[in-house]
Amino acid sequence: MLSLALTLLGLLLVTFIIGRVMPIDPVLKVVGDRASQAQYEAAYQAMGLDKPLVVQFFGYIGDVLTGNFGRSISTGQLVIDDIRHVFPATLELATLGTLIGVSIGVPLGVIAAARRGGIIDQVARVVALVGYSMPIFWLGLMGLLVFYGILGWVGGPGRQGIIFDGMVPSVTGLILVDSLIAGDWAAFRDAFSHIILPASLLGYFSLAYISRMTRSFMLEQLGAEYITTARVKGLSEGAVIWRHAFRNISIPLVTVIALSFGSLLEGSVLTEIIFSWPGLGQYITKSLLAGDMSAVLGGTIVVGVCFIALNLLSDLLYRVLDPRSK
Amino acid sequence: MSVTGMTRREWLLSDAPLTRRQARLGALYQGWLTFRANKLAMFGLVILILLIGMAILAPWIAPQSPFAQNLAGRLAPPSAEHWLGTDALGRDILSRLIHGSRITLFIVGTVALIAPIIGLFIGTVAGFAGGWIDQVLMRITDIFLAFPKLILALAFVAALGPSIGNAVLALALTAWPPYARLARAETLTVRNADFIAAARLQGAGPMRLLVRHIWPLCISSLIVRVALDMAGIILSAAGLGFLGLGAQPPMPEWGAMISDGRAYILDFWWVAAMPGLAIFIVSLAFNLLGDGLRDVLDPKGDKS
Amino acid sequence: MTDPLLSVRNLRVTFATRQGEFQAVRGVGFDLGRERLGVVGESGSGKSMTGRAILGLVRPPGRVTADRMELEGQSILNLSERKMRRIRGSRISMVMQDPKFSLNPVMTIGDQIIEAYRLHAGGAKGQARQKALDMLAAVQIREPERVMAAYPHEMSGGMGQRIMIAMMLAPDPEILIADEPTSALDVSVRTEVLNILDRLVRDRGMGLIFISHDLNLVAQFCDRVLIMYAGRIVETLSARTLHEARHPYTQGLLNSLPRLDAPVDRLPVLPRQDSWRDGGPVGESLETDLPGGL
Repeated sequence: MLSLALTLLGLLLVTFIIGRVMPIDPVLKVVGDRASQAQYEAAYQAMGLDKPLVVQFFGYIGDVLTGNFGRSISTGQLVIDDIRHVFPATLELATLGTLIGVSIGVPLGVIAAARRGGIIDQVARVVALVGYSMPIFWLGLMGLLVFYGILGWVGGPGRQGIIFDGMVPSVTGLILVDSLIAGDWAAFRDAFSHIILPASLLGYFSLAYISRMTRSFMLEQLGAEYITTARVKGLSEGAVIWRHAFRNISIPLVTVIALSFGSLLEGSVLTEIIFSWPGLGQYITKSLLAGDMSAVLGGTIVVGVCFIALNLLSDLLYRVLDPRSK
Repeated sequence: MSVTGMTRREWLLSDAPLTRRQARLGALYQGWLTFRANKLAMFGLVILILLIGMAILAPWIAPQSPFAQNLAGRLAPPSAEHWLGTDALGRDILSRLIHGSRITLFIVGTVALIAPIIGLFIGTVAGFAGGWIDQVLMRITDIFLAFPKLILALAFVAALGPSIGNAVLALALTAWPPYARLARAETLTVRNADFIAAARLQGAGPMRLLVRHIWPLCISSLIVRVALDMAGIILSAAGLGFLGLGAQPPMPEWGAMISDGRAYILDFWWVAAMPGLAIFIVSLAFNLLGDGLRDVLDPKGDKS
Repeated sequence: MTDPLLSVRNLRVTFATRQGEFQAVRGVGFDLGRERLGVVGESGSGKSMTGRAILGLVRPPGRVTADRMELEGQSILNLSERKMRRIRGSRISMVMQDPKFSLNPVMTIGDQIIEAYRLHAGGAKGQARQKALDMLAAVQIREPERVMAAYPHEMSGGMGQRIMIAMMLAPDPEILIADEPTSALDVSVRTEVLNILDRLVRDRGMGLIFISHDLNLVAQFCDRVLIMYAGRIVETLSARTLHEARHPYTQGLLNSLPRLDAPVDRLPVLPRQDSWRDGGPVGESLETDLPGGL
């Protein structure tokens, strides 16, 4: 817990420093180019920039802990409200991507290890190698070209077609869930046709990582003595692998999946740009290009907090799942 | 060779090397033989050698100037004249790719030099000094490790202003923590070894121990790690370029070229497709090379 | 005399390596009745591999060949995986060296024993549970109820090995292969575990193959002893007549033990001779068969 708090503090310190060293003058952004010297001074003091850095830092921590990231210059809204608005889109995308990655990557890794050197193992190796070497944004573009431009199988950029925009009442902010709650099948189909391509893309990268890790964990377990015990009992190979070996790798696998989910939250930056996905990644990038630092730093902190929360969650799950940790 | 009646190969593979130099060259040769047996790794090596050659000879082998615009011939598909087509300003994509290899190699080379050196320094000092220095340094490392890397790099570049130098800096600043961890682990295993004690008895100070005795031992595992990370660095650099935060136009950076082609993807696919393919091939080559090097230098580790 | 439980002739286990074929077991043959047969040899002598070959646990690239490998007159040589699975556990079982590694760390002990039993006996969960409790009681585990719900890491080495024995004997096999079952245990609990093993095997009229590097232990505990060297059996002896050993390797093993009644300053180092690798077993060849002959 203490290390998590320290990590959080470090995160805030880094964002604070970035916010202070950047060459963009935050006061000018507020008062505009034509402000008089007096106006400038007043704003300078109102923003607390005349106080010592340490005091400013503690003020900053207080602000962040109360969810006050300042006001976005480009949208005119409070950053926290903006983020509340865009975060569900990213969450929905990353969750579906992780689901795809886990549901394919885990079995692939297990089978690759069980039939080491076999065809599935070779396929898994190539799939992972390509995944580790492919620029995600480029693959996204090519996917759009093929599946949207040429084949027309999926919806184009964005989360929804224009006619469905704002038609489904927002409950969770996750459109797939909201449209199900509303019982609106047409909206669900539309949202699904939009999300499936970017989610598959993220899912592919997640599966490349998850399948490699699964395979390597699995190989380690399959060499263990208790596996011989299970075979001596007369268990079928399926039971040996799934009931015995897999139960043992499921514990470290939880951490891997949490890590991969975190990296999808982050990795969605480029994907969101490609697919015009109105999520956190796109928000951060757009703000960044507009020099809107409070929005960028707010977004960075939210992603960082998600990382820390995921670490905490996987630690807790580890403790629940592993009988040896009690 | 100096020894008569012995081929060079026998000299290299000798079980009983006569000099330290022979032993060292012999070990290198053994490594090379292992590496050469790995066809995919050789394939990666060949591609990278070609890439380096291409970067060096860019002005001579590029058919046209990477900056020469020809608005009349814009967005032309691949043809005999423009093998890979032209972009929105009528520039020859092949020539831009060839020149762009210089930028890619520059970014990757610099990051792959800076990040491991920062990591090596922090990790070995932490491991060697121990105590509170270790605690503080490792805590900092953990904080950086817990960060979303790409977003941190984005924030860095945003603060420093977009340019190729700042992109390199941002990537290096986010890439060093794993090296620090690795170097610390290696240091801990040798810190109490007898040969370190022996060097200390001979009067070697901590700096000398670090530089002459500990660093050389950490190098080989760091090299493997760097080779495996190269592809990731290329992809991150291209990502920054794609977002407009790396090399600025009109420089032919591959990621930025994909970004240029994005607007035309549905009608003029080659503009974005070609640079992406180039990135893919090069990072694939680095991955293959890294796998091969790992087999030679660090047979225990599996890809994680 | 009845047929032997297990009859093996000219068993070979071969591994293809880059340097050519390597034979870990080179023509081993013996018969096992309802007795305790010790197999003694140093590491690499092929004793463990013999046990694994009998259970069909040698995995590719390893290859098993034999002139005969019969369980109660029925060949079990290179059976299909499916048929072999019906024999493993239910008719031949094995206890391995270190319970720390041979029990699944994330399954409760109860689940592991119940799984072994139900796989072959089937039956209701409640009945399997009762059987597991009985087995734990049979290996003198106090509070079997509590142990059933515990995980392996909560057990001591001696308890772990008793649990292992309970688990492997739950489906009532006819043959138990014990591969160095006490080597990883504290000296203080070895005898206890051995006594439990001995009693259970005797009460059930099972055949036991006891693999060990410890000639002394095997001599106390077994009826007959096979001495293996470099993948072959070099000598077969009755445990009571161990001192009559004629093969120089066996004699060397016996002499390498310190004796309280005749202390020596230095224990002799056992000099090995290449001729042992390929010489035939000493004594009549029928000594490898059951007493009483076939």
